[in-house]
Amino acid sequence: MPVFNGSRSYIIRLIFLVTIMIIIAQLFNLQVVSGKYQKLAQDNAVFRKVVYPSRGIIFDRNGKSILNNTLMYDLMVTPSEVKNVDTAYLCQLLQIDTADFKQRIVNAILRNGRFRPSSFEELLSPEKYARFEENMWRFNSGFYLQQRPIRVYPFNAGAHIMGYVGEVDSGIIARSGNFYEPGDYVGRSGIEAFYERILMGQRGVQFLIKDNKNRLKGQYENGEFDTAEIAGRSLRTYIDIELQQLAEKLMTNKVGAVVAIEPKTGGIIAMTSGPNYNPNNLTGSEFKKNYTKLVLDVAGPLLNRSIKGQYPPGSTFKPIGALVALDEGLITPSFGYGCSGRYYACGIGKPACTHSNPGHAANLRLAIANSCNSYFTHIYRLAADNPKYANVKDGYAKWREYMNQFGLGIRLGIDLPSEDRGNVPDTSVYNKDYRNVWNSCTNLTLGIGQDKMTSTPLQLANAMCLIANKGYYFTPHFVKNIDGETKEDTVLNRFRKRHNVLTDISNEAYEAVMSGMQDVVERGTATGARIPGINICAKTGTAQNFIIMDGRKLELNENAMFVCFAPRENPTIALAVIVENAGYGSTSAAPIASLLIEKFLNDTLRPESIKRIDELSNKNLMPSHLPRLQYKADSTRAFRWYQITKDSNYIKKYLKRSFPKPAKKDSPAPIQRIVFSQDHDFIEPKKMHTMKKKTVV
Amino acid sequence: MSKSKGSISKGIDQMMIWLYFLLVFIGITAIFAVTYREGDSVVSSFFSFKTDYSKQLYFFIVAIFIGVFILLTDSKFFTATANLWYAVGIVMLLLVFPFHSSVKGTESIIRFGGFNFQPAEFCKVCVCLALAKYLALPNMDFSKQRSQLIAAGIAVIPALLTILQKETGLALVYFSFFLVMYREGLPPAILIIGFTIAVLVIASIVIDPNILAIILTIIAAFVIYFNRRQVRRDRSKLVSIIFLWLVCVGIQRFAVPFVFKNVLQKHQVERIYSLFGKDNPYSAESAAIKNATAKKVGNTADYNVRQSKIAIGSGGLFGQGLLSGTQTRYDFVPEQRTDFIFCTIGESFGFAGTFVLLIIYLIFLFRIVMIAERQRSVFSRCYAYGVAAVFFFHITINVAMTVGLAPVIGIPLPFISYGGTALLTFTILVFILIRLDADRQMVLR
Repeated sequence: MPVFNGSRSYIIRLIFLVTIMIIIAQLFNLQVVSGKYQKLAQDNAVFRKVVYPSRGIIFDRNGKSILNNTLMYDLMVTPSEVKNVDTAYLCQLLQIDTADFKQRIVNAILRNGRFRPSSFEELLSPEKYARFEENMWRFNSGFYLQQRPIRVYPFNAGAHIMGYVGEVDSGIIARSGNFYEPGDYVGRSGIEAFYERILMGQRGVQFLIKDNKNRLKGQYENGEFDTAEIAGRSLRTYIDIELQQLAEKLMTNKVGAVVAIEPKTGGIIAMTSGPNYNPNNLTGSEFKKNYTKLVLDVAGPLLNRSIKGQYPPGSTFKPIGALVALDEGLITPSFGYGCSGRYYACGIGKPACTHSNPGHAANLRLAIANSCNSYFTHIYRLAADNPKYANVKDGYAKWREYMNQFGLGIRLGIDLPSEDRGNVPDTSVYNKDYRNVWNSCTNLTLGIGQDKMTSTPLQLANAMCLIANKGYYFTPHFVKNIDGETKEDTVLNRFRKRHNVLTDISNEAYEAVMSGMQDVVERGTATGARIPGINICAKTGTAQNFIIMDGRKLELNENAMFVCFAPRENPTIALAVIVENAGYGSTSAAPIASLLIEKFLNDTLRPESIKRIDELSNKNLMPSHLPRLQYKADSTRAFRWYQITKDSNYIKKYLKRSFPKPAKKDSPAPIQRIVFSQDHDFIEPKKMHTMKKKTVV
Repeated sequence: MSKSKGSISKGIDQMMIWLYFLLVFIGITAIFAVTYREGDSVVSSFFSFKTDYSKQLYFFIVAIFIGVFILLTDSKFFTATANLWYAVGIVMLLLVFPFHSSVKGTESIIRFGGFNFQPAEFCKVCVCLALAKYLALPNMDFSKQRSQLIAAGIAVIPALLTILQKETGLALVYFSFFLVMYREGLPPAILIIGFTIAVLVIASIVIDPNILAIILTIIAAFVIYFNRRQVRRDRSKLVSIIFLWLVCVGIQRFAVPFVFKNVLQKHQVERIYSLFGKDNPYSAESAAIKNATAKKVGNTADYNVRQSKIAIGSGGLFGQGLLSGTQTRYDFVPEQRTDFIFCTIGESFGFAGTFVLLIIYLIFLFRIVMIAERQRSVFSRCYAYGVAAVFFFHITINVAMTVGLAPVIGIPLPFISYGGTALLTFTILVFILIRLDADRQMVLR
């Protein structure tokens, strides 16, 4: 019966054929039609390793490197390879206990898995590194040291200028359009941030093969797709690092700012803000600790007051006011004003004037030298009420336009991020405040740099440049040129453009203004700033201010201000110095400026000047209300933490006075009885300045 | 076909021999591609017996010896000793229970010196022989239910023993012998019923139980509606339809969950569900824990198949070349030497390679069927169909598993997967067939 049921053999063959065909169809689908598996395979097996280039170096005007790179070391661990390691000794070297050791290993496994290295301790301190270097042979199975470049500031100076680098956060990544990747370091402030794309260089990419446990196995396709990294380019700046160091030394224990600009180029020679910090604190392993400390300090050491401090310019504004009137043809250098001690033209006898002798404002030179309030109030009103314009609003608008041309009330465009623009109010502000009814008497103190007007130290120094240059200025900037600069580097172009704002004012007019300013130093308010052999043109300013604390108005010492340029014949440095709550401008701000000029122009200091440096730097002018403010800020923050976490440990130390000995530990009673004053206004450091009110003498 | 060269080669089907060599060669190449490490000297490591490809080479040499030995044996020997072999096979399967050593979750392996011996693998030969012997009995009437049951028993008993050894994959192979019975006259209704049950089981995995019950009810209602005249005439029709409906719903509501909960192991259920892209609903873990673990490690049941599909898919049309596939070279696919060896071919040689390999297999299967049909003796024919069924099952399930068409069942790809027992078993199966075919003019009982 061989062919019995023979037809079924064909059915069986058909089953074989159909089944195999179905499988072949699926294979065709997987291998030929669907492209996604090749991509998935790449993701599986190819590791894209980013190679970071070294960041560019920043040099000062004399070619000294003021921001450089150095190597630090991370201790890395591969958990699967840790065998026979003397853990006790390792813990002793790192000053941790074994529980901590275990926790770190567990963390490493969680982060990168068992077979891939992760960092055990980042950025070993130099002492720890030295000890590890000697003893590495003990830990060779599982542990190794990995180099990591970090930034270093050899002169411990220029924190606010240079800024710091930090890891990118999600916001930066989103804003960069995913140019940055998690783990990248990026300039977070200062020049580091502004010139990020130049300093960072170009990241390299290596494609490496990895296996199923993520162990790297070598190059992918012999490195055919790799791109080499390109080191960041260096920056040549106008900074004089010795002057910078001197400025920072002089500003120790003071709140304020110093800006020094080279008028001929707009290059910034020095810029500091007090209180200051050592930039090296924000590199390496201590970053987090130090950063937190700086952020929580109410004196605001992270705040660059040179570009973010908003001060009413006060008397230092007067030369600018004069130039506006001169350009409009409202006055001539010989214009005089009969001031008898007060300004009566608006009927209220304000503002008052330091001098009351007749003839102290008989011409422009005298008016500046004597800082006559009436004179400059008058010429402001002349400008605002200029018959050329229909009414005071148009006149004021024109005046404001002048201010903006000077760089007041606008951002100058310095090569630092987050510059403030100060304030020269728009007509609409006055319209709103005075319901459209106002005249030049309403805001007459604008003529002496008050009312709603504020400016940053940078703007004041820039205005000095304009006078020194007789009518033009360059946008203040740090960077002279970029190493290997090409046509594509457009970032510096705007700093090389000359702003001819007031070049059509006559030479005599400038000479008159300068003579007045020179008189300020020769026989006026700033005789202490005099340096033999150098003709300094300067203007002092003093602004009263107060803050409201604990519901009371607290009078603070006046802000001392000093603007100047030198030498008069061929100006090479223009300065603005502001020391908050320091009293008269001549007592602290002027000597600081004088020392800086002497150092910069003569390169050496006279013995008596050196003595003055110590005297000035030892002077503690920190405002007396700061400790109280700090206490309030800390306790308020602690209370908020307590509210969130319900952990009374946060507020324990603030309860000392009301509860000398807590009898019952767990009792919630003490907490209910703490009295926090209703008006506790948590003042953030950044807002402090805008809260100050002031009058100028 | 047959040439008279010598006594051994007389009547031997040379094409089978060539196909056999070709497939073993492909297999050793594939194992080499997986396990070769850069820097090893190829020649010396091939003979060192330390690497897997070298071991496979030695297994192959042993297999050749056994093959030659079989070819030298008289065909009658196999018919005479078929039942004996079956007894030996069953005894070996039983011996596993006291003497097994636990390797990778299976309890089917006996350690024998340095070698792992898997009786469940070898027993396929015995069943093949015994079934052929039974079906070739002179007074066999396979239309009788009694003989059908006995034939089924011959195949199912070792299958059950294998299931008890937690080797469900190998156990399923024994069910492929129903193909032989089909060829010998098993009513097609049984296959149709089997197919229907398979569809029902798949449906009850894929579709929500309540919805499926409603669908079944609607189908039953339609059947009754369209057959209303016959139903009116004959009430028993209605009863049988309702009975069928009850059985279907019963399978779907109770039998499938019962099997998944109590018969199959957890990982097997997960594999079956992951084939359809679903989570195992019978798992004892709470959903929350499962979600947490699933997020962390990825679905483990799914992992093998996903990696295997990626490896095969990354091969493209012409593959990445031998030793260049990143997925198989760097161990992304688990069990690559053995059950997932097809991935290596897929990645290294692309669609061209897999297509050619499957066509070779298809030719191989067709050749066996052709050989089967030219036999004069029922024994030889039944044995040949048994061999075809075993190979067909192994090839389709293994390849379908790697491309995501079948659940992950750990059975080797014939001649290609690494493993001594498997290679020897398949060699014996084929060479007995070749021996029997050489004597196809003889009527064997």
